[in-house]
Amino acid sequence: MDHRFDSPASVRSRLKDVDYLSDDAIAGVVFLADRLGKPILVEGPAGTGKTQLAKSVAEILGARLIRLQCYEGLDESKALYEWNYKKQLLRIQAERNREATWEDIETDIFSDEFLLTRPLLEAIRADEPVVLLIDEVDRVEIETEALLLEVLSDYQVSIPELGTIDARQIPMVFLTSNNTRELSEALKRRCLFLHIDYPDLEREKEIVLTKVPGITDNLADQVARIVRSIRQLELKKAPSVSETLDWARTLLLLGVDSITEAEATETLNILLKYQSDIARATKELSGDTSGQRRPGVPRTS
Amino acid sequence: MTPPETAVAPAAGSSPMLELLTGFISELRAAGLPVSLTENLDAMEAITHIPIEDREAFKYALAATLVKNNAHWRAFETVFEVYFSLRGAQYSLGGDHEDLPELDDDEADLNPEGAGAGVGGGSGEALSPEQLAEMLFQALQRGDDALMRALARQAVTRYAGMEPGRPVGGTYYLYRTLRNLDLDDVLDRLVQQARDDAPAPLTPLEERLERDEFETRIDRLKKEIEAEIRRRLVADRGVEAMAKTLRKPLPEDVDFMHASREELVGLRKAIYPLTRKLAVRLARKRRHGRKGPLDFRNTVRHSLSYGGVPVEPKFRYPRPAKPEIFVVADISGSVAAFARFTLQLVYAISSQFSRVRSFVFIDGIDEVTRFFEGVDDIGEAVHRVNTEADVVWVDGHSDYGHAFEVFWERYGREVGPKTTVMILGDARNNYHASQAWVLGEMRKKARHVYWLNPEPKAYWDTGDSIVGEYGIHCDGTYECRNLRQLEKFVEVLE
Repeated sequence: MDHRFDSPASVRSRLKDVDYLSDDAIAGVVFLADRLGKPILVEGPAGTGKTQLAKSVAEILGARLIRLQCYEGLDESKALYEWNYKKQLLRIQAERNREATWEDIETDIFSDEFLLTRPLLEAIRADEPVVLLIDEVDRVEIETEALLLEVLSDYQVSIPELGTIDARQIPMVFLTSNNTRELSEALKRRCLFLHIDYPDLEREKEIVLTKVPGITDNLADQVARIVRSIRQLELKKAPSVSETLDWARTLLLLGVDSITEAEATETLNILLKYQSDIARATKELSGDTSGQRRPGVPRTS
Repeated sequence: MTPPETAVAPAAGSSPMLELLTGFISELRAAGLPVSLTENLDAMEAITHIPIEDREAFKYALAATLVKNNAHWRAFETVFEVYFSLRGAQYSLGGDHEDLPELDDDEADLNPEGAGAGVGGGSGEALSPEQLAEMLFQALQRGDDALMRALARQAVTRYAGMEPGRPVGGTYYLYRTLRNLDLDDVLDRLVQQARDDAPAPLTPLEERLERDEFETRIDRLKKEIEAEIRRRLVADRGVEAMAKTLRKPLPEDVDFMHASREELVGLRKAIYPLTRKLAVRLARKRRHGRKGPLDFRNTVRHSLSYGGVPVEPKFRYPRPAKPEIFVVADISGSVAAFARFTLQLVYAISSQFSRVRSFVFIDGIDEVTRFFEGVDDIGEAVHRVNTEADVVWVDGHSDYGHAFEVFWERYGREVGPKTTVMILGDARNNYHASQAWVLGEMRKKARHVYWLNPEPKAYWDTGDSIVGEYGIHCDGTYECRNLRQLEKFVEVLE
């Protein structure tokens, strides 16, 4: 099989071309996933670009993105395939007047024509290159996870009436998880694991510079520094990268070119979503040092 | 950057590499990471695809295939460091061995423009302590990583006082080095310098940002020093021995009663995601655990589409009553940490219970529910419990018997058939009367009575521990020494 990427470095630079700034870990794992033909399980705090990674990879490969959004109660008929029951009924009724044997009808109604493909099967059967994104896999029940296993390890789907359908090509597969529960060992074993954390100062600044056109270097730097500072506080929900970007855009719209305390505290509600968090951050940023700081503990997670 | 040694390890197939990996993986398993055979094979395959001299890529390849839980990352990193960056020359992957002279060159280049101290040729021994401190200051100020690395090495050579074969842990050397460098003072000086250099007086915000930046750099320096010490220890003692001494329990396995300060910080960080997981799991269990009664109306309505035949029975959504939780916790010195984590955990998932009430005791007992009401920060509330609750009756030594008696007298009639009582403590009663009958009475009225003991099971009923005497009146006694066991217990709560 020919490979999609030459080296981790090329993954990195190609991702950069589509405005996704990766780091060594991300590029390395994407590269390996391609070489080993294994899915990637991406985990990390909300809003750090897990889903975006899959989209960006699809973009650089020129592949179609097939997305399966997981939720509680997801089942086979929503994830894999379903028989088009109504159409089958129609077919049976249409056959009624003609002399057809039971076998004929049976082979007839359990054929491709009556199969409704759902995301997993669709990804397997695709002729063109696809990227399969299984989003928020931690939301399904642990029993439902088993549905994914066959697809993830062998890239095939077994349909009792039709037999086993093999993948025409091995798609890139991304699973994302917000870690609200422990995923099963069986699932983890089949995947490469990638944890995406909040970016460090330099990377965050670069992300701001890339994603917010027109921002000055100085402002981006300040934004990244203040966000880092806020993430060090003990908060209910630390600001995510997407919130950083929203904040940077807001500041840009307000015509700020150097952030003062007043401007920072007034716009904090864009970065933080809990009143108690906002109160704490306001107190900290305005130089009231009586609050609790935890030196040596880089971030709450 | 490609040293000649890489020739011996061109691929995973060659035996020294294979041997090293096998050792590495068995060490990971010994540290508690669940590495399966498939993952092992994946790792072997993965490293054949990456350029072996690229150390970062090598590390991430191993991490992606072997570590499937972010909480285990630290343990992985430590073992990796010991095995692959600190190994002897025969296993060189193109890392430090070549780095050493290079960096010393850097240092020599930097010296003239740097401290201006005129130190010759990068030979560290010539540096006086003042010069070292000054260069360190400069390096931190400019954020010069290469110079910082070189200086970390110097500092270790000078201050750690390492002697070959001495059976002392790395922390001791680290402490000695850091004490001599006095980094707190350096931080203050750096901030002061930034203040002086600024054209206008710094606003508190700016000053804070400066301080953050310097703190990050100092953290990096500390890590570098730590790594340097380990590197030397490994050279002295060998890989296996070193890996063993560095082995630390994973956060979920840390013993509550003997956690170090650093481990407590780790625990506190681990408890929040845990509570989120538990809350989700309990809520799901409640909804899916059983089916509600038949919903007649809904069934009939649906039967219409099948011509009046009730093909598909519909059930009501189950809404089982939520239990009411009474936490009765011993907060005397020996078990305080355990009580704290349990209270924190129970309150964090309090939405899963109809009500949580908490009581703490040593030899007296006090209700502390009020500290938790309307409070966002549970940690803060727990702190108030420890300082403000009125729990001392006579001498401040645990007296379970008296505490239980008073509890029964004051709050006994509020215990009802919906109440689950959790008692936390080691049942070390200082030879006072046990008053175990209280628990017997309690069990008759309450839905469940559970006892959680933070002591290892082997110590139960030794000395003044009378957990057995209490245990016969409880629906269950559980050993609860770490987060893993606590988590398991909370799942049986209902």
